[in-house]
Amino acid sequence: MITFRLEPREHTPLWLNALLPLAAVLATLIICSGLIKLAGASVISAYVIMFKSALFTKFDFAETLVKATPLVLTGLAVVVAFRAKFWNIGAEGQLLAGAMAAAYLGALKGVPAWSLIPLMIVGGAVAGAIWAAIPAILKTRYKVDDVVTTLLLNFVIDYGMMALLNGPWKDPLSGYPDSPDILPAAQFPILLKHTRLHLGVLVAAVATFIIWFLIRRTTLGFSITAVGENPKASSFAGMSVSKIIFLAAAISGALAGLAGVGEVGGIQFQVMQGISPGYGYTGIIIAMLARLNPLGVIPAAFFFAVVITGAEAMSRATGVPVFLADVIQGTALVTMLVALMFNQYRVKFKKVRHE
Amino acid sequence: MSEILSQIFQIGFFAALIRIATPLIFGTIGEMYAERAGVLNLGIEGMMMLTAMAGFSTTYFTHNLWLGVLAAMATGVLAGLLMGLLTVSLGLSQHVSGIGITLLCSGLSFFFYRLIFGQPASLPKIKPFHTVAIPVLSKIPIIGPIVFNQFALVYIALIFVPVSAWLLYSTPWGLNLRTVGENPKAAYSAGVSVSAYRYQGLIIAGALSGLAGAFLAMAQYNAYTFGVVSGRGWVCIALIVFGQWDPYKSAAGAFLFAFIDALQLRLQASGVIHVPYQVFLMMPFVFTIVGMALVSRNARVPAALLKPFRKEER
Amino acid sequence: MPAPLLEMVGISKTFGSVKANDNVSLSLYPGDILGLLGENGAGKTTLMNVLFGVYTPDTGIIRINGKQVKIQNSADALRHGVGMVHQHFHLVPCHTVLENLMVGQKGRGGKLDRKSTLEAMRVVKDRFGLYVEPETLVSDLTVGEQQRLEIIKALVRGARALILDEPTSTLTPQETEGLFEAMRSMASEGMGVIFISHKLQEVQEITNRVVIMRKGKVTAELDNIEHVSRQELAELMCGHEITPPVKEPVTPKEVLLEFKDVSTPGFARSRLKGISFQLRAGEILGIAGVSGNGQRELAEIISGMLAPFSGSVEIRGKVMNRLSPRDVQKLGVGRIPEDRMEIGLIISLPLKDNMILPRVHEPRFNRKGVLLRRAIDAFVREQIEVFDIRTPSPDIRTGALSGGNLQKALLARELAWDPYILLADQPTRGLDVGAAQFVHEKFLELRKNGRGVILISEDLEELFALSDRIAVMYEGKINGIMPISEATVQRVGLLMAGMEEEVAA
Repeated sequence: MITFRLEPREHTPLWLNALLPLAAVLATLIICSGLIKLAGASVISAYVIMFKSALFTKFDFAETLVKATPLVLTGLAVVVAFRAKFWNIGAEGQLLAGAMAAAYLGALKGVPAWSLIPLMIVGGAVAGAIWAAIPAILKTRYKVDDVVTTLLLNFVIDYGMMALLNGPWKDPLSGYPDSPDILPAAQFPILLKHTRLHLGVLVAAVATFIIWFLIRRTTLGFSITAVGENPKASSFAGMSVSKIIFLAAAISGALAGLAGVGEVGGIQFQVMQGISPGYGYTGIIIAMLARLNPLGVIPAAFFFAVVITGAEAMSRATGVPVFLADVIQGTALVTMLVALMFNQYRVKFKKVRHE
Repeated sequence: MSEILSQIFQIGFFAALIRIATPLIFGTIGEMYAERAGVLNLGIEGMMMLTAMAGFSTTYFTHNLWLGVLAAMATGVLAGLLMGLLTVSLGLSQHVSGIGITLLCSGLSFFFYRLIFGQPASLPKIKPFHTVAIPVLSKIPIIGPIVFNQFALVYIALIFVPVSAWLLYSTPWGLNLRTVGENPKAAYSAGVSVSAYRYQGLIIAGALSGLAGAFLAMAQYNAYTFGVVSGRGWVCIALIVFGQWDPYKSAAGAFLFAFIDALQLRLQASGVIHVPYQVFLMMPFVFTIVGMALVSRNARVPAALLKPFRKEER
Repeated sequence: MPAPLLEMVGISKTFGSVKANDNVSLSLYPGDILGLLGENGAGKTTLMNVLFGVYTPDTGIIRINGKQVKIQNSADALRHGVGMVHQHFHLVPCHTVLENLMVGQKGRGGKLDRKSTLEAMRVVKDRFGLYVEPETLVSDLTVGEQQRLEIIKALVRGARALILDEPTSTLTPQETEGLFEAMRSMASEGMGVIFISHKLQEVQEITNRVVIMRKGKVTAELDNIEHVSRQELAELMCGHEITPPVKEPVTPKEVLLEFKDVSTPGFARSRLKGISFQLRAGEILGIAGVSGNGQRELAEIISGMLAPFSGSVEIRGKVMNRLSPRDVQKLGVGRIPEDRMEIGLIISLPLKDNMILPRVHEPRFNRKGVLLRRAIDAFVREQIEVFDIRTPSPDIRTGALSGGNLQKALLARELAWDPYILLADQPTRGLDVGAAQFVHEKFLELRKNGRGVILISEDLEELFALSDRIAVMYEGKINGIMPISEATVQRVGLLMAGMEEEVAA
């Protein structure tokens, strides 16, 4: 019999850091190919269609970038929160908070037209921050588990939004549960003609740089990481743990809120049910795949944008259920977790003889 | 006002309350075994979705309800074993592993449901469980129709509560399990295998999430929908805190939640208060959060919860 | 000589690149009290963990009563009659004594078997005089009682060989005497006891045979140690001569820190109940006491982690009652906490980050919240150099460093800001002799430079060697405070056990 033992590593080689996410993605695609086979399709052609349809034309590529935009932002949101070990599983809800704020502010009459977009961006970020601040306060004040509250608050705001859409925001003419359209001046400018590539892409890129700088180069980022690694030692060193967790939560919520703003300002121009098909949850996978490194969020988000957009075409062409994209996401998180273990531990196999 | 009250608090209300509480009792008690052994099973939401799908599909094709229940439990056990592999054998973050299991299981349940049933025009349905009236007892006024005219799974859930308390507090197995969750080193040095107990906790959690899933798709409803669980798994995680990791208190928490859920359903139906029905749907979640805020400060969490155990680590 | 109870032959065990045990052999005979001596990191605990099944050895065999056995986990060890009392107790605080004894035991008819456990407890009480109330919660027991429970746990399971890993480190001298009595009665019943310690005096008192380990190997085996001097034993342990620290005479000057009738809130036994003392410049004040008698609370107040409930704390003449850790540091207090791995340092972060952890807000290290990376790098490199911290790079994961280097890093970090007062809580616990010596020299240097040191320690030898005055804590009070010239181990020990000063003096 062969058994194995885990030995902590003193050093992690640099090449391993870069290789692990790739290995995890590869393992995921191999594991999920079993499901494609089960659905009676050819694995190779299914994957080829999936990646080709998301990347090959200018329009498709732009669509994938559009899809990646909210994912970058929710991924960053989770990076900041998880670094402080604030288990924010509520990016989904914070995104909705940002979207609703943007839809409200974008339809405001009587304010200068030029101020609409900045208002939406700031208002959406603030709304997301507030929605994330609730579980942060519950955690620091009342010691309520953050996983549970952030999750339950997703349901609360989702039902809250639906109540709004079926009540005050209901379209009086059609009776559809979707909010009034935002004003034309509030619509995000398009960056590339004949595509939907909108201002939000730029917002996501700038946010990535800012968060990278925050985490690597500022005392606040230093403190967030320290508090996440060991709150007791951080408090002994003179940091206010509650304050840092609160700030991390607020920044996290603001980023998720911005994801909602982008969807309203750049794509939908209103809020309606299903405005986020789980971007908040995908953000968790992206953050883990990026190893909580803000710069890693971009390739990780791009990969899942490809999977999500490509899955539709793949499903149409091969008959494999479109939910393969969800399975790939779940599997990727699990394989990445296993890969991370190789990062911290070296696996030693040894033979055990049985007498 | 009193008219509304009497309209709401009828026998049917309390019978419904018990039915709503049933999957929560299964989920919470199952989760309790895992957490008492030191593993937070955040996979429960996804496990309930996947087991509901597995149970429903099995029954759909075999027309055998109990075979469906068995399939659901087996699926739950498999998911529990995967959780064990990640958190017990590999010692990975319980938080992220649990989220991973939930995302994976929910993805799989959507995928396989679509694979098996395609996109039919009308929802595939089964003949669900019937209520079973217990002779004599069901004839007791008021209590009889509320408690003793229920689905078989309801009785199983109700019996599970005292059985769990007995297992946990009166048997060597229960003491070992609790010790593993409090101080794995103490258990290990007394010759108790920490990983064996943690796996057992997760297997029970998986099997019970299977019963919860089966109940939802095969007794409470007669079909599987993507929203069949809609947060009940997460509520179970909250209820276990609320119930202080004790079977009776957890069950009491489940009944409290079910009371609010049954109440909001009645209020929705009564049409007395004119707000969109989603406001009512929101209520149980808001109450759960408030309840957590009230009890969490003094909660005594199993000391080794979330902590992996590696005996060779220095 | 009778046949050995157990034999370990040629045991080797490697962790990564460290050979923790290198071809080690030892035997234990019935009636033996075997001392296992060695510095920290010599491999004593590893060897015993191999015997108890926690580690599987790479090579080597274990024989019990002459028969070769495989011990792959602690269940195997217990079955073969090997029991172990770990340095950190393996108990569940929120369970009762009886529950802790019943873990891993078979039940009767599917239920917990309380009756036969109680019966076994009675037998142990009759034979060895060891007993703890079965229905008490472990969290309500004193440290000494918890240790007794650990021993009972092993005896109830029928241990024939008992391993005690540094059992006296948290006991008063009087409690230690009680433990020794129990050990003697076990030996007289034909059991074998392995006593791990680095306290030479105790080893000489209780053991009849000694095995000395150094760097994973057995370096000496002595059958009769009464005639071996302590100096010789010490040198066998660390392989070179040891020079005791030189304490130059220094006249204490102004008061740096004063506690006036300070109490802390709560109901715990360790709650501070009106303590008063002064620390002067050029003085080392030793705090003695069994752990859990208020030392932690005292340290937390000085560290700014805990606010007094009543009374006042003066730091350099200023009354400071509601201080944060940052305020305390600004006032010139350096802090070496008891738990360097959990509280002092964040071991998962790079060494560099830990070196600036409490000072990241100093203008030296940031401008308007943006880190000055060059200044930080220069500072860290300088400290590594000055304090001779052995590390391959400043970016290494802190946890990869040895205990001695971790403590040096902590010291460097605190002393870099030239504190007036240094609070050192168990500063040499778990360090090897060389590293401990380094730490002691730094304390004496501070004293010479007119700084004040508060030294909280469970190691009386350390306290007697360094302190100018010793204060003894008992149940949240200072039970006695005396100049070193008037302190004896006997007197301090009685005060630690709660005797009144008149009786003790």
